[in-house]
Amino acid sequence: MVGLGGILLLFLVLPFVALLLDGGPDSILRGLGCALTWPALRLSLGTSLISVALVVLGGTPLAWWLARSRWRSARWLEILLQLPVVIPPAVGGIALLLAFGRRGLFGETLERLGWTPAFSSVAVVMAQIFVSAPFYMQAAVQAFGRLDRNLLAVGRSLGASPPRLFFQVALPLARPWLIGGAAMTWARALGEFGATLMFAGNMTGKTQTLPLAIYTALELDIHTAQALSLLLVAFAFALLLFLRRFNRTVEIGRRPAAS
Amino acid sequence: MTAAPVRRLSVAVEAALGPFLLQATLEVGTEPLALVGPNGSGKTSVLLAILGLLKLERGRIALGDEILFDRDRTIDRPTEERHLAYLPQDFGLFPHLTAAQNVAFALACGPDLASRKQRRSQAMAWLDRFGLGSVANRNPSQLSGGERQRIALARAMASSPKALLLDEPTASLDVEARLEVRAFLAESIRSLGLPTVLVTHDVMDVEALAGRVAVLEKGRVAACGPLGDIRKTPPTLFASRLFSSPAPVGADANPGPLNDGQFRHN
Repeated sequence: MVGLGGILLLFLVLPFVALLLDGGPDSILRGLGCALTWPALRLSLGTSLISVALVVLGGTPLAWWLARSRWRSARWLEILLQLPVVIPPAVGGIALLLAFGRRGLFGETLERLGWTPAFSSVAVVMAQIFVSAPFYMQAAVQAFGRLDRNLLAVGRSLGASPPRLFFQVALPLARPWLIGGAAMTWARALGEFGATLMFAGNMTGKTQTLPLAIYTALELDIHTAQALSLLLVAFAFALLLFLRRFNRTVEIGRRPAAS
Repeated sequence: MTAAPVRRLSVAVEAALGPFLLQATLEVGTEPLALVGPNGSGKTSVLLAILGLLKLERGRIALGDEILFDRDRTIDRPTEERHLAYLPQDFGLFPHLTAAQNVAFALACGPDLASRKQRRSQAMAWLDRFGLGSVANRNPSQLSGGERQRIALARAMASSPKALLLDEPTASLDVEARLEVRAFLAESIRSLGLPTVLVTHDVMDVEALAGRVAVLEKGRVAACGPLGDIRKTPPTLFASRLFSSPAPVGADANPGPLNDGQFRHN
């Protein structure tokens, strides 16, 4: 048993070792200097942050409603919202194309309104939102669902209007989980590849995010791909460190009551 | 604070509660009413119904002349407009706010458009009145059970309620805090003079806090009357065991445990 565990551990760690060490620092620095890097980094950061902002803005009220709804269809809606997590991103890309692509279900209507989202930077954001929103939604629905119902009841009995209850009680109490969910959403959006490739394409400076740049670089020079990969690993690692520290401060702030 | 206090809370509610129908009619005057009954007899549901947090099939709830709910006249005031002070068993203090901020929250919900600073000083005045000035800046997790109960009551009173609803006010406290809180509540309830409904499992709560008792059994009021009468002729086996009086004639000799809820927080 211990041997099998050790093999798994090695299998999981060795690729990172190779990613970090192969070729040495010079070739990695050279790779970072590649013409693909800067536009892809800028596009990745820009689009992923916009995606997270939009997911949080729309997802928070939706989650609040879902968590409190006694409507039966709300439970089905919750399941439906989790679907993008378990389907392959490529399927998501096809679905987006069929819905909003030029010949898609709503594509013609959108085109008549003068808007063709497919194969643009907007499509990058749409693909990211599609695949990453469930992470935030799940965290937010759970956070709101876990709130002490008595607190909400007391808040209302004190005369709090629904908006006041939401902003002054529910939101502050759910905040740690909302931030955790947003962080996971950002990580997923930053790493999004399949749906982006299908729905937005792979155009430098326009739709070529870091993961797509890695794919392109692989055909030119593996060390460029390696350098870009390390960039993404660095972001992911920083995110994990942030979440760990953040969770610890949350726990300290929530020491159980004295009596 | 405001106009003359309401002297009467009238409750007639009917709601489907899983295993049975809740069908309760209660009149609460100036004498506090204790609601007793076995676990799952619908005591807390009665409180939730009064608060407007339980879907009712039928009924009428009125505070003096003010109708809170009337199915026939399709009146159903939302909870936030009912002006009821609700103290749940664990007191319901907002854990992310200090004692003073908890009270200020209630003030901010009120009709007065006071500034944040004014609310803060009003909150301090409420805390002082309840002997809590020294803990104003602490969070609920840093306070004793007795202090939390007082803050919850101070906060509830800051919202100028017209009636008081207490759900097992001493159940989550240790024995000593229980004595302290009971004495404090008895005095507060008397001086506030609001119609008060108290759900409890504890005969000492009933004796210290209530003048009248309603015995609930499977969603129905088996009897309602002065404490002395209920004690003398308990309507149900539960009541006879709660008050250690002789069992009612014809009661089941072996009814199972009195109630398991009494110990659920120890």
